[in-house]
Amino acid sequence: MNQVRMPGVLIALAASVALIGCGKEEPKAAAPAAASAAPAPEEVIVRIGHVAPLTGPIAHLGKDNENGARLAVDDANAQKITIDGKLVKFELLGEDDQADPKTGTVVAQKLVDAKVAGVVGHLNSGTTIPASSIYNQAGLPQISPSATNPKYTQQGFNTAFRVMANDVQQGSVVGTYAAKDMGAKTIAIIDDRTAYGQGLADEVEKAAKANGATVVAREFTNDKAIDFKAILTKIKATNPDVIFLGGMDAVGGPMLKQMKELGITAQFTTGDGGCSPELIKLAGEASEGVICTQAGLPADKLPNGQKFLADFTSKYGQIQIYSPYSYDAVMVLIDAMKRANSVDPVKYLPEVGKTSYDGVTGKIEFDEKGDIKNGAITVFEIKDGKLVTLKSEGGAMAAAAAPATEAKQ
Amino acid sequence: MNGQVKTSTPWQRHWMAVVLIGAVLLAVPFVAALGGQAWVRIANFAILYVFLALGLNIVVGYAGLLDLGYVAFYAVGAYVYALLASPHFGLHLPFWVILPIGAGVACIFGMLLGAPTLKLRGDYLAIVTLGFGEIIRIFLNNLNAPINVTNGAQGITLIDPIRIGDFSFADTSTVLGVAISGPQKYYFLLVALAIGVIIVNIRLQNSRVGRAWQAIREDEVAAKACGINTRNIKLLAFAMGASFGGIAGGVFSAMQGFVSPESFSLMESITILAMVVLGGMGHIPGVILGAILLTALPEVLRYGIEPLQQAVFGRMIIDPESLRMLIFGLSMVLVMRFRPAGLWPSPQRRRELAESAN
Amino acid sequence: MDTLLQQLINGLTLGAVYALVALGYTMVYGIIGLINFAHGEVVMIGTMVAFTVIVSLAGSGMPPLMILGIGLMISVLVCMALGWSLERVAYRPLRGAPRLTPLITAIGMSMVLQNVAMIIWGRNYITFPPMIEKHIFHIGGATFTNVQVAIVTLAALVMSGLIYLVHRTRLGMAMRATAQNPQVASLMGVDINRVIAMAFVIGSALGAVAGCMVGSYYEIAHYQMGFMLGLKAFTAAVLGGIGNLAGAMAGGILLGVIEALGAGYIGQLTGDFLGSHYQDIFAFVVLIVVLMFRPSGLFGEREGDRA
Repeated sequence: MNQVRMPGVLIALAASVALIGCGKEEPKAAAPAAASAAPAPEEVIVRIGHVAPLTGPIAHLGKDNENGARLAVDDANAQKITIDGKLVKFELLGEDDQADPKTGTVVAQKLVDAKVAGVVGHLNSGTTIPASSIYNQAGLPQISPSATNPKYTQQGFNTAFRVMANDVQQGSVVGTYAAKDMGAKTIAIIDDRTAYGQGLADEVEKAAKANGATVVAREFTNDKAIDFKAILTKIKATNPDVIFLGGMDAVGGPMLKQMKELGITAQFTTGDGGCSPELIKLAGEASEGVICTQAGLPADKLPNGQKFLADFTSKYGQIQIYSPYSYDAVMVLIDAMKRANSVDPVKYLPEVGKTSYDGVTGKIEFDEKGDIKNGAITVFEIKDGKLVTLKSEGGAMAAAAAPATEAKQ
Repeated sequence: MNGQVKTSTPWQRHWMAVVLIGAVLLAVPFVAALGGQAWVRIANFAILYVFLALGLNIVVGYAGLLDLGYVAFYAVGAYVYALLASPHFGLHLPFWVILPIGAGVACIFGMLLGAPTLKLRGDYLAIVTLGFGEIIRIFLNNLNAPINVTNGAQGITLIDPIRIGDFSFADTSTVLGVAISGPQKYYFLLVALAIGVIIVNIRLQNSRVGRAWQAIREDEVAAKACGINTRNIKLLAFAMGASFGGIAGGVFSAMQGFVSPESFSLMESITILAMVVLGGMGHIPGVILGAILLTALPEVLRYGIEPLQQAVFGRMIIDPESLRMLIFGLSMVLVMRFRPAGLWPSPQRRRELAESAN
Repeated sequence: MDTLLQQLINGLTLGAVYALVALGYTMVYGIIGLINFAHGEVVMIGTMVAFTVIVSLAGSGMPPLMILGIGLMISVLVCMALGWSLERVAYRPLRGAPRLTPLITAIGMSMVLQNVAMIIWGRNYITFPPMIEKHIFHIGGATFTNVQVAIVTLAALVMSGLIYLVHRTRLGMAMRATAQNPQVASLMGVDINRVIAMAFVIGSALGAVAGCMVGSYYEIAHYQMGFMLGLKAFTAAVLGGIGNLAGAMAGGILLGVIEALGAGYIGQLTGDFLGSHYQDIFAFVVLIVVLMFRPSGLFGEREGDRA
């Protein structure tokens, strides 16, 4: 029996070594491609990493992000950018982190190993934060297009940036808007107990209170729930003017329908996670009149934005939420490389912090922590099944978008 | 019976094998690093899962108690470490203080779970442990108000890495002229811990307690009739399994530098259970094999599917990401279909199964 | 008072769905003692198939109710076939294997079905086209819709049909006999394989009905929706005493009501210490408390180890 057992252990170990061995051949095969810079006629390949969940419940958002980044890479290649006298060809290295923090770190390490020049991602705060310390150690600039947890940039890493207003910035705009512009006296707040929903809802609560509104109900659900009648019934009893949801479109859609069934007439508002065509699709008629916000300026009002909209929709179909931001994130990295005249992360990293770039989501500048400076927030209303701009708050180019307010009528 | 007595002294007769295994274990992080540090990290998670699976093996494999909420103890350990070694409460205790505390707290939770479920059997126990796992996760997710204990869904950041004096596990340092990266250091720590849990598992298997567990697993009523204090023995299984989960959680916390409740979902419990059953319940090498396979398989598939499809069909027919999980599920079904006792069952189990089939 | 009434209505609708799904778990468990973890996925496939049929017929000019009926029928048929093949391919070869083996198979099957559904129907949320014009009724300050009435009525009909089947037909008798003792039943001339296959088929048909209900009630479907639903329904089955038909129905409705009332009143009960973020633990806490005092569930017989 022992004779059988011991060799078995060895086989298992040998097998595991072999498995690990398999992986090592790949980077080797890829290495000549990167090294080919010297003999080839003045062309270098620069790889940019992109990470988002491509499997799981929010895979549709992950794919959207990746498409945004892919479009940016294609556009940049079309421009035939030369850096340090060499023609640069950009390549996107897309990875799937499954929205799982553990996989997030492995994938981050994989990008570091593959010697990417910079990283765009991840999508969720839960994977962005643990991955950020790996990028920080490797000195790789990381720009998240969608992680809004304030903690991401509060870790003191000089490599962590985001092109999206964080929860604090966005929440205070929404809360103020509800209390002031919409004149809400009473507000009910629901969040989905994710890092995003909770963070946003807390800020909305603070801002609404500061502007004189009373929070009459604070309810909770989860991001996988489809039945909200119990909490909505409870909210109905408190009869609020406004209901705010900190959560994603998949929660908001059915929630709106159930509100209608229960005869709740309060004004429904939500943040960027629910401010998508998907919400209109899921809620149907019940989405009429919903007020929601997105970080950045409305893409269709910006010169670059219109081109982006047209290109993206013709190539990949409808935009979900964050693809304009992942597009901008890639462009910010490339812009910094151009200014530093180098694709070496060590050299161009300081330039990322000094960015001043007119992106498809507005002007992008970073503060000392890496958060977007004076990030613009745009308020939308859903009318006739479309997102219509109501107004824009903040943002260096807010004045340029001023005509947007008139577009309301 | 004879077989078991023989296995108690394998080390002397197989010293060659032991040395070889040792050499392989030593070489793994350096060989893997040739393919990139990512493979070292994957190896680390594989060993972390070996550790967890062996902890669960005590509860499921030895005592036969079906536990679907094992991840709760892992979570408790991870949060104990996170709270005691991060700026969240401003505490920065060294790891050799925290890991035992984590194990202790997890152990208490293990008994908390065990106590009300002692009367339950089989599938009732499964659903209650599953519920317990969810309860712990939901509390971790929500204990940011009224007092902020866990910081809710946003999790705890900037957790200290394991540090011995100035020797930090977070970055690369040179030992005896060899550069050892952070992940490689964790690898050696994890291997040391895993060897510890393997020794405990082996010692338990043939101890008084181990035999009592086996008796309960086979027939609880008969075990009671033989004078075994089933209540205490079952509680002991829960407590021991939980302690190992707690230690694993602490290491996970230090390795990641960040914990949030989403790492401790029900799926995680199910995966760990699948490792134990797929490999061969109650059989140490089998459980180790199961853990390594289930961690490595998705990663290998991640690399393998795309080129394979390109080679066979000349283009991508099915999104590789969805195919990966499909193959993962399918392989679980197939293994169970053709090796119902697991890939590498204990010889004794195999015999029993062959007998009952006749 | 109107709030309480509304919560009861909410809970009853949800509970009717849970009960139907729970029956699928309990039928299989009652006969061969297997937790068919993939049952939630069968329900999901039911929703998806109904969705495909309804969408493809929506433009055909047939009356909406008929389209809905056809969708339901096809989805029931597909799920029956699925249930049958699940049993035949995945579970039958494992009879007599160690107890945990089929559990892992079930988990594996559930992953397979989920990913197949994702490949077929995509990873996005799907909106179920509303086929019935929704009417909202008001009663004492609470509201309910005709869809809710239809769900509860249909669930009641299906369940009484099932009770008739199990207690009044030859197949039902064979099922009860197999549940009590398969070996003796087979000696009495019962074709065990057929009975077990039928348990899967009937359970899956119930699941398909539940799936269509979920689809038309929430008007939303997703390839991962089966997991949580299955888990809740399984909890309901255990709460009622797994293997017991009446128990599954009672457990389902009870769980639905507990969840609704839990989310609605947990704050008041605990002086606002716990809010509705703890609504999901409510079901589990009740389950644990019930099982502490009645280790075989509310309606389960007191019996020895099933293993």
